[in-house]
Amino acid sequence: MTHDHVDASPPLTDLQLRVRALESLLVDKGLVDPAALDALIDTYETKVGPRNGARVVAKAWVDPAYKQRLLENASSAIAELGYIGRQGEDMVVLENTPKVHNMVVCTLCSCYPWPVLGLPPVWYKAAPYRSRAVIDPRGVLEEFGVAVSADVEVRVWDSTAELRYIVLPERPAGTEGMSEDELASLVTRDAMIGVGKIKAPGRKASR
Amino acid sequence: MNGVHDMGGMHGLGPVEPEPNEPVFHHDWERKAFALTMAAGFLGKWNIDMGRYARELMPGPEYLTTSYYEHWLYGLEQLLVEKGLVTTEEMRTLRPTAPAPGDLRVLRPDDVPRRLRAVRAARMDDDVPAKFKAGDEVVARNINPTGHTRLPRYARGKRGVVDRDHGVFIYPDAHAAGLGKQPQHCYSVRFTARELWGADALTRDAIYIDCFEPYLTPA
Repeated sequence: MTHDHVDASPPLTDLQLRVRALESLLVDKGLVDPAALDALIDTYETKVGPRNGARVVAKAWVDPAYKQRLLENASSAIAELGYIGRQGEDMVVLENTPKVHNMVVCTLCSCYPWPVLGLPPVWYKAAPYRSRAVIDPRGVLEEFGVAVSADVEVRVWDSTAELRYIVLPERPAGTEGMSEDELASLVTRDAMIGVGKIKAPGRKASR
Repeated sequence: MNGVHDMGGMHGLGPVEPEPNEPVFHHDWERKAFALTMAAGFLGKWNIDMGRYARELMPGPEYLTTSYYEHWLYGLEQLLVEKGLVTTEEMRTLRPTAPAPGDLRVLRPDDVPRRLRAVRAARMDDDVPAKFKAGDEVVARNINPTGHTRLPRYARGKRGVVDRDHGVFIYPDAHAAGLGKQPQHCYSVRFTARELWGADALTRDAIYIDCFEPYLTPA
């Protein structure tokens, strides 16, 4: 299976027609304002995304006091950078170390920290990841190109309530002279979910 | 409910398939399914737990063969009818015949930034005594409710240790059923991979599950 997988849906005319008709019905009934729909879409398509989370991570790497605040009260530390709101009201930051690798899943639906990572990718919402992340995390990590040695503890966080998790990845070696902006550009969405490692510049980066 | 949505620990659902440079939405109908669900949700006729439960009620075979935003669409259509915003006939024909209820605060574009940036959702200020504290050994109850629950099947009956008390939150099992917020402590509970999956699992690995107090008993 490649991208004919059910969650990477091909264009479905029936579905397009149905959604268009449902939208007309709700607009005609005065239940939704089409301009508000556009504003919602624009927010998550252009304004909110993993660059926000990358800024949080980069700041934690360069500012030990910020990192401390982030680990103690993630919601308020993330709010310092202006990233607040829906699906990120109660944040927890999980620090990766040489001894602990954290990864995040929502087995029951697809809970995800929207203000810092945006809307989740298809694979995060789809059955294969949701089913296997908790029973075979190392197998899943390998498929993402992340090898975790047997002496490192893997912790999987199942987002079953309203807490939202983001991983603070390890700062790669060789980045000592880099600015906060340069560091932010290295941080990937997958590393903040816990399924990617961040590579120093000049090496092949994981997704 | 013991639905197919509760898939933690299942085998045979295929490989994880990351898509390089994935767009936020793949089709225009996904944009609309997302925005319609959000905008209709802001009408305040249902809460997030009712929203999740409505998606869980999608028949299992259909849930497994449809995409994420199709689950959203299914839940939205059910709730619009169930909460009286759209009649059964309107949902069938997708043509308006009845006026909408008059007391609605429809989401306007100017409201969008403020409504999305709300900082209080599920956390409650209620002074509820905590039955457990970090370090306590607990057992997840063996419950099998037909309604909504956030205790995944793979944890039921298993022993764990409270990692931290997150504080007091709306209890989704009650909230989804329209029984009010019934604030409860929510704990992060550490279950070893061995406890959940048996002797073949690595000893040092663990799964942390956020558990509402009613899900837990002292070990």
